[in-house]
Amino acid sequence: MRNTKYNKIADRHKAEENRTKNLLIAFVSGGIIGFLGELIIEVFCLWMKMSRSDASSVMILLFIFIASFLTALGVFDKLANKFRCGLLIPITGFAHSMTSSALDYKKEGLIYGIGSNMFKLAGNAIVYGVVSAWIFGLIRYFLGGVV
Amino acid sequence: MTFNFDNVYIEECATVCGPYEKKGPLKKYFDKTYDDLYFGEDSFEKAEIKLVKDSLVMLLKKSGYKKEEIDLVIGGDLLNQITASCYGCNGIGNGFIGIYGACSSSVLGLIIASTMINSGYINNSICVVSSHNMSSEKQFRYPTEYGAPRPNSSTFTSTGSGSCLLSNNKSNIKVECATLGGIVDYEQNDPNDMGRVMAPSVIDTLKRHLDDTKRDIHYYDLVLTGDLGKYGVEIVKDYMNTNYGIVMDNYNDCGVLLYDLEKQKDVHAGASGPACSALVAYSYIYQLMINKKIKRVLLMATGALFSPTLLFQKENINSICHAISLEVV
Repeated sequence: MRNTKYNKIADRHKAEENRTKNLLIAFVSGGIIGFLGELIIEVFCLWMKMSRSDASSVMILLFIFIASFLTALGVFDKLANKFRCGLLIPITGFAHSMTSSALDYKKEGLIYGIGSNMFKLAGNAIVYGVVSAWIFGLIRYFLGGVV
Repeated sequence: MTFNFDNVYIEECATVCGPYEKKGPLKKYFDKTYDDLYFGEDSFEKAEIKLVKDSLVMLLKKSGYKKEEIDLVIGGDLLNQITASCYGCNGIGNGFIGIYGACSSSVLGLIIASTMINSGYINNSICVVSSHNMSSEKQFRYPTEYGAPRPNSSTFTSTGSGSCLLSNNKSNIKVECATLGGIVDYEQNDPNDMGRVMAPSVIDTLKRHLDDTKRDIHYYDLVLTGDLGKYGVEIVKDYMNTNYGIVMDNYNDCGVLLYDLEKQKDVHAGASGPACSALVAYSYIYQLMINKKIKRVLLMATGALFSPTLLFQKENINSICHAISLEVV
């Protein structure tokens, strides 16, 4: 009763959140990253005569490097605040989460600091990446490898 | 629970703060400001310890007391095991009490010190609180360099340390009475909306303070809460008016005052952290009282008793608020 009364009043003073705007920003900035990735693959395929799978590995490495480097310079968090989740969902976000954790715990040393904490945020992606790969592998096995 | 004090006075205050607070509107009232967040140390935790030491040294310098003349130091901060206070207060005073009241630690310290002085056991006491934006981020949220977008209701932990010297020597500002708050649970659980979490504690403590002292809200020239932020302030005003018919036109919040909310967009709803209420009260409000611009202030520091672990275990965030009444004599 008391809480419902309070919630009713508190709901009148909620912070306005422009979800549509955030969504659009993330959509466009994430899209640009995807577009750039595709462009880099095409460039490597055409000019360096790489195979498509080699080119995409190189592109991923390049993005990981750029994101980590910008994190180390202290720029990436500001960009992520501006471009919202568009920068955090692609591989750039994964690299950023690892570098930022490593930077944060560097003072606690290589073992207790960086070693134990580097996967603090990225661990999620690894654990559930492996689990879902396992589930989909199983489905594929039972379907007899037709998909 | 409301106590009256007869012979407790604020002798001196000192404030030290970081770059964000320096860019805010209260810059000229702070004793010392820094331009970066490390203050010459190599980690954020050590930087926070440095803040505590700096504000204590500044306070001793301003008040003319020697380290060993201080009877009791009471310190509080947000770090695990209140480390900033424990390390920062080392070597000062004859006794030390470490307290944890989250962001309400500033007033909690003042209440404990006032009670000890009023009882006659000690003659003077320093109350110090600190917080550091980066060390709190690291402990409570994400790594400091991680760019997680934040909602508009979130508050920004202030970087700084404020200390206050209380004694039984008569000065211009008297600690008149205090209301000790209890833990309040209104089943709130959004860590990104601390104003909403802590507003019930203000309502609770304020109502009890007014009932205990039989005062009207306009007895005070200013009622000042700790770190509700701009949305929490509106909730308190609306609730007090709707349920008790109390119009709070003499009310403000340290979290709203510390930063320029129009220009410093990064802070979203306002400032938070134990240092927030101390930085505003011990600099700007203290000066206003010294110059007799305002005479009676009710300082209400608010704290969210928040643990990330228990929040993930689906527990609510409880809050607490302590109030202390300061008067110009």
